[in-house]
Amino acid sequence: MSDAAITVQDLTVGWDDFDLMREVSFEVAQGDVFVILGGSGCGKSTLLRHLIGLEVPKAGTIEIAGLGAPRIGDGAPPYGVMFQSGALFGSMTLAQNVGLPLRSWTGLDPDAVDAVVRDKLRLVGLDGFEHHLPAEISGGMKKRAGIARALALDPQLLFLDEPSAGLDPISAVELDELLLSLNRNLGVTTVLVTHELESIFKIASGCVMLDKERKGVIARGDPRELRDTSDDPSVRAFFNRTPRGDA
Amino acid sequence: MQSEPESYSLERREDEGGATLVLSGSVRLEHTPRFVATLRAAVDQSRGRLVFDLSGLERIDTGALALLLHEGRRHEAEVQGATGRVADVLELYRQAPQESLRHQPQRPGLLRQVGEVSEGLYLRGLQTLNYVGECVAAVGATARQPRSVPWRDVVRIMERAGADGLPIVILISFLIGLIMAFQSAVQLQQFGADIFVADLVGLVVTRELGPLMTAIVVAGRSGAAFSAELGTMKVSEEVDALTTLGLNPFRFLVIPRVAALVLALPLLTLIADLTGVVGGLITGVGILDLTPRAYLTETRLALEPWDVFSGVLKSVFFALAIALIACERGLSTSGGADGVGRSTTSAVVTTLFTLVALDAVFAVLFHLYGI
Repeated sequence: MSDAAITVQDLTVGWDDFDLMREVSFEVAQGDVFVILGGSGCGKSTLLRHLIGLEVPKAGTIEIAGLGAPRIGDGAPPYGVMFQSGALFGSMTLAQNVGLPLRSWTGLDPDAVDAVVRDKLRLVGLDGFEHHLPAEISGGMKKRAGIARALALDPQLLFLDEPSAGLDPISAVELDELLLSLNRNLGVTTVLVTHELESIFKIASGCVMLDKERKGVIARGDPRELRDTSDDPSVRAFFNRTPRGDA
Repeated sequence: MQSEPESYSLERREDEGGATLVLSGSVRLEHTPRFVATLRAAVDQSRGRLVFDLSGLERIDTGALALLLHEGRRHEAEVQGATGRVADVLELYRQAPQESLRHQPQRPGLLRQVGEVSEGLYLRGLQTLNYVGECVAAVGATARQPRSVPWRDVVRIMERAGADGLPIVILISFLIGLIMAFQSAVQLQQFGADIFVADLVGLVVTRELGPLMTAIVVAGRSGAAFSAELGTMKVSEEVDALTTLGLNPFRFLVIPRVAALVLALPLLTLIADLTGVVGGLITGVGILDLTPRAYLTETRLALEPWDVFSGVLKSVFFALAIALIACERGLSTSGGADGVGRSTTSAVVTTLFTLVALDAVFAVLFHLYGI
């Protein structure tokens, strides 16, 4: 039996007559920090939305270990998701945001929910901000709160869309440390979309690189190895930050 | 910005089979209009092969260079001799794509336009049908699991849609009663039928204008707010976040808004009925010399309980229409701030049309059943 947390087979994504990517296949191993890479507009976030189950593919299959096809919407969520902006509910405090899945899907009494919420917020370095509204905190803090909410039900699979985009270098490094620590200490399989090369080399154990022109996967494997050994000019250009014409 | 004296020269040399335009000196931004005019004149005078010689050019601003290259492309001119910074900038421009940035408007044929509009209407219809189905399913699920709906939000939304909207509803219905009584008084006075102003105001306010005007005010205030709120949540991925938390957006967002409005609008309508009658009373007492007791007695005699109840009944359907349309437009928002604006406008316009259409349907139904 495969130890893959996610198996993607011949996935075609697009709308109407347009295909954004065709016949994409890859696996995410259990316990990996797996990164979806590629230039702007190649469909990274769209692929992530398909993995989460927010979009239905035109063709192909996605299998999540122990779940089958991605299934989300009604019932306790089988995995945690953090959106690019954090997507916190503006009318709720951070504690209410993080406590929402706990109140909805566990039988915990309000005091127990509060204790778990405080613990999750402490985990992401937001203790003391329980009663702040999302509008009252910085972009980096919103992302951290988004991660705390995604972790509320202790998922074994975590999806993150550009977690460090728009963060200052120190906040970005702190976020990387947090993701690594969650992965090492809690064994959370993490799938993320990011452009940040430093972050990729630091935390990723596997990756898949998409290409807009070739409408599919152009590389897969350990990003450090791909940087050093890939013969593909687009892959080398991406990892070495060289303009397309010079690759 | 003070204009510097021109420090460039443009010389045209005729040679065998064509001409060479020799550019030297420095072309700065403020010289560009005159430079382009001179260049065009020189280019237009030239026949045959054309060469731009930039060997004497020390500096050229990017805008001027872009126009020089544009003129060159028009006449298939060869650009040569550039050195130093001019060569660097030239290289940058040669790498840039040459396609026109100007939008080329496409003119689809009539048949295609009809097809596109029909397809749009069909898809819109499907979307609406899907929304109605989701709402019905959400109501069923709510009946099975009442605790899955955040009922606490209903009170908050009722306060915003109902209590906060009370002053404007009172003001508008009062003025409507006042105006209606004033206009009818002028006519009825001619026949000595002053007292019937009370009948007219009472009936029209409770059966028609009270519910309709209140619904219009609520559509403008709360319908627009619902649509904008849900639209913003949609574009900022909050609706997706709800889904990923296993919470159904219909039960979490739509049901509380519908419930709040269905409870608040009938109450607002009753208050509007009352203030409309008070508006008529002020006119009746002030202009027609009726006593307050006579006016109120006549109103009471003219009104049947059904007159008030029919207005309240209509307000329930109006509330459903306002909340459902506003939430549908909000949840179908795409794009960014522009999309939220479009959804909100669409929600208000569609709701207003639907309210008037519903009112007409009720008028016909009540007439058919003689009530």
